[in-house]
Amino acid sequence: MTAATPAGRPASDARRAGRLVYLAVVGLLCAWVLVPIYFLLVNTLSSPEAVNNFPKAFWPEFDLASLTFFAQFAGMLKALTNSVLVAALTMVMSILIGAPAGYALSRFDFPGKAAFRLLVMLTRAFPLPLLALPLAVMFIQTGLDDTIFGLALVHTTLALPFAVLITFSLFSGIPIELEESAWTLGCTRLSAFIKVVLPLILPGITASAIFAFVISWNEVFAAAVLTIENRTLTAFLLQNLDTSPLHLKFAGGFILVVPALVFIFAVRKYLFAMWGIANR
Amino acid sequence: MSYQTKIAGAVSGLALLVSAVAAHADVLFWSTQAKPVEEAQAMRTQVLAGFAGGVDYQPNDGGPWLTRLNAELQAGSGAIGVLGGLHGDFSAMNPADLVDLSSLGVSSASATFNDLSKLGTGEMQYVPWMQATYIMAANRKALEHLPAGADLNALSYDQLIEWAANVHKAVGEPKFGFPAGPQGLKHRFFQGYLYPSFTDGVVRTFASDAAVTGWEKFRELWAHTNPASTNFSFMQEQLLSGDAWIVFDHTARLAQAFNERPDDFVAFPAPAGPAGRGFMPVLAGIAIPRTAPDMDAAKALVAHMLKPETQIATLRATNFFPVVDVALPNDLPPAVKASGAAIAKMSGAPDANPGLLPAGLGDKGGDFNRVFVDSFERIVLGGQDIRTVLNDQKKTLSRIMTESGAPCWAPDAPSAGPCPVE
Amino acid sequence: MTPRYLPYLLILPVTLFLGLFFLYPFVLVAMQAFDGGGRFSLENFQEVVDYWKFPISLRNTLLLAAAVVPVQLALALLMATMVTRMQKGRDLVLYIWTIPLGISDLAAGIIWLAIFEQSGFLNSMMSGLGLIDRPMNLLSYQNLGLAFLAIALAEIWRATAIMLVILVAGIGLIPKEYYEAAEVFGASPWQRFIRITLPLLRPSLQTALILRVILAFEVFAVVAALGGTLFPVLMSQTYAYQFELLNGGAAAAVALIILAISIAATLVILRVLRVPKGATI
Repeated sequence: MTAATPAGRPASDARRAGRLVYLAVVGLLCAWVLVPIYFLLVNTLSSPEAVNNFPKAFWPEFDLASLTFFAQFAGMLKALTNSVLVAALTMVMSILIGAPAGYALSRFDFPGKAAFRLLVMLTRAFPLPLLALPLAVMFIQTGLDDTIFGLALVHTTLALPFAVLITFSLFSGIPIELEESAWTLGCTRLSAFIKVVLPLILPGITASAIFAFVISWNEVFAAAVLTIENRTLTAFLLQNLDTSPLHLKFAGGFILVVPALVFIFAVRKYLFAMWGIANR
Repeated sequence: MSYQTKIAGAVSGLALLVSAVAAHADVLFWSTQAKPVEEAQAMRTQVLAGFAGGVDYQPNDGGPWLTRLNAELQAGSGAIGVLGGLHGDFSAMNPADLVDLSSLGVSSASATFNDLSKLGTGEMQYVPWMQATYIMAANRKALEHLPAGADLNALSYDQLIEWAANVHKAVGEPKFGFPAGPQGLKHRFFQGYLYPSFTDGVVRTFASDAAVTGWEKFRELWAHTNPASTNFSFMQEQLLSGDAWIVFDHTARLAQAFNERPDDFVAFPAPAGPAGRGFMPVLAGIAIPRTAPDMDAAKALVAHMLKPETQIATLRATNFFPVVDVALPNDLPPAVKASGAAIAKMSGAPDANPGLLPAGLGDKGGDFNRVFVDSFERIVLGGQDIRTVLNDQKKTLSRIMTESGAPCWAPDAPSAGPCPVE
Repeated sequence: MTPRYLPYLLILPVTLFLGLFFLYPFVLVAMQAFDGGGRFSLENFQEVVDYWKFPISLRNTLLLAAAVVPVQLALALLMATMVTRMQKGRDLVLYIWTIPLGISDLAAGIIWLAIFEQSGFLNSMMSGLGLIDRPMNLLSYQNLGLAFLAIALAEIWRATAIMLVILVAGIGLIPKEYYEAAEVFGASPWQRFIRITLPLLRPSLQTALILRVILAFEVFAVVAALGGTLFPVLMSQTYAYQFELLNGGAAAAVALIILAISIAATLVILRVLRVPKGATI
């Protein structure tokens, strides 16, 4: 590195100023994300009168009335469990089914490849509420209606494009030479994949898992149509919120948001997992 | 892959088994009403708790409600036992998909409602369940600006406009509130309040000179309306926050304001125009789809909802009024008392001009509503020339009436064939 | 060594899955768009395009996407670069920046309405700081530009994290040695970004951009919450046709139009950001 010379003083000042700007931008962006969430929290913990008041208070009153209402709302716990199950199933299925396809797209060149990629991307370009009717008819007729598994199948369909395309872009960043060296060292194709490539694309798998979980968690239309007794929390609660009084809107919205945030918090470091190892 | 298929098959089979074993003891009450969380909670714990056999009350948005229903009808089997919805939801359905309910022996106290529920056939396709209407409400702070000589319970549109203008001048901001938001029911205002009050008709007089006057008056009122009204769907919020002082809305969407601060607000009838004091009921009904799994339980639930005690419990839960003759107890919430009084004055007024819900439009009901919403958006929000817009929309309206073949309804004079737009 | 059918084996599960749960219902619904009373016809398309709100919806959708996506791309790139160069606190900052991902678009609409409405937080802040003496109406039809800005802001807040997560996952694979070598050769941070990061991030950029653009054309919940009836977009037209007007054919027609726009945009992005074959390093 550069030795500290007297002529280096202005450079280090500039560096410090640059560092300050860097920290300021980071702080600004964090505030930008957190402030609206904070408002949600404030409104959740305020009494109904405070929520409707003007000017709005910026500090919560810690009035738990709205949250207590939901604690006693019949059916919340069951719906919460259902949501978690559906989201977990969606995660597992979308990664198991999608990652091989992502690998194929990045490593091979085969007829139909472009069409396949286009198909995968465009499944997200058509609104699910229109597709829900034929899907529901199919589910009722095949007995998948009102099951966790059935809904997870639909959510996996929504999450697959993310899983396929993210793993594709990650695999594309890993040189084939790595695998080839593993082959020459005696690994089969599969074990080369598991030992060499898989650890490197853990961030991609994590990203796909996050998307799958969040997409499944927040999806409301298909969940409302395809599950009745096994309703997810979103189908159970979100539809009722937009006609509810303001303070319950916020408290309900907050309750819906928290589990997803908890999940992302749990897996956050895997987005960076192999930073060190990628230092080839 | 085959391993995955095996697992999928096993899980699917298990799911089938589980769902068959947990036989539907509960009747699934699939409804678009009582969606707000406290109303849904009250329905489950107070109104339906006493029903032997259990009820699973599931309120939904219109989209999922309709999609699930159609899926079950197409598939030929389903889980829905009883449907709850507005008259408009049922009138768009094919009557063959609903079980005839005349033989059930329950009906409302109003011959008009019972007639509406037949959907043009000879039998009741749904049973009238509960009713509401639109009234006006105001913050007491606005009362001091009432024009001289105006009776709050017998206002005319001109007096209302003058009142809103007075408040606008005094406060410096427009404080009239109108539910022009995406979930607001503004089309019912135009169909049941504005048109009958000014033109004594809805379809026949759609493009008449009296209609032009009506729209002009509404434009005057709009000049004193909070411009964020295009976001408002529940005026109780704006009343409570003070964004609006004089509002027009559905009784159920004003309830929170009256229940939280009953001393701050008053309810009063809608205003009258040259052709009378127009108003329109909102009618909710219950029906049984032909794919209901347990017909007997469903019919028992329908009968249960029409019992006087249930009707009163429903009133407490949803702010929708009974359709059968019951004596209302004294300990009702403030919102019910206030709106009940206003409704009574409105329907009992000497110049009352009740309008009926559109009937016979079939699946063109949405298009019919869109004519009025588009007219509003073009005339009031877009500032386009009233005569031009009405003549333009008249063509669409004529086409809708001829395609659906619906005859005229009150306050239009009866017609032999499809209602003409004059 | 490689069986020729291996790639097909690998994409078989996805193909079967999407074929059953997407293509099958899609074909059924798309057929409705071309159905004019039992025979093939384009009258549904004619009807939806003739409706006076259609050009407005189309313009609004495209305008919103054009205003929001580039800003989000720049922001996501900035955030991804910053967070991967951080030493400590990296996990926490990334977590904070991906929080909007867990918030459904309906909930985001509720939150931002509470900020922008007349008695909301923004007005409370401004009047508390003495900037205004009475609350402003930011979402009224008299000020469409302001309403558009509010919607764009809410959308940027909500959906930047989608691109951020994809880019962060991809940036981790760029070898640090490249940056170090470039530094030795005197490249500025900006040059390192343009010459190293961007080209090597191409596959991820492609994915992030395509997915984001496709979702941008389907924007609905936030626009409905903040713009009410002021700001029709193509998706609100689709839902109105399907659930209020009970016209499945017209709804399918609008959805197919959205699909066509998405295909066009995807092809453009694929062309501009094409990933050269075999160029992994």
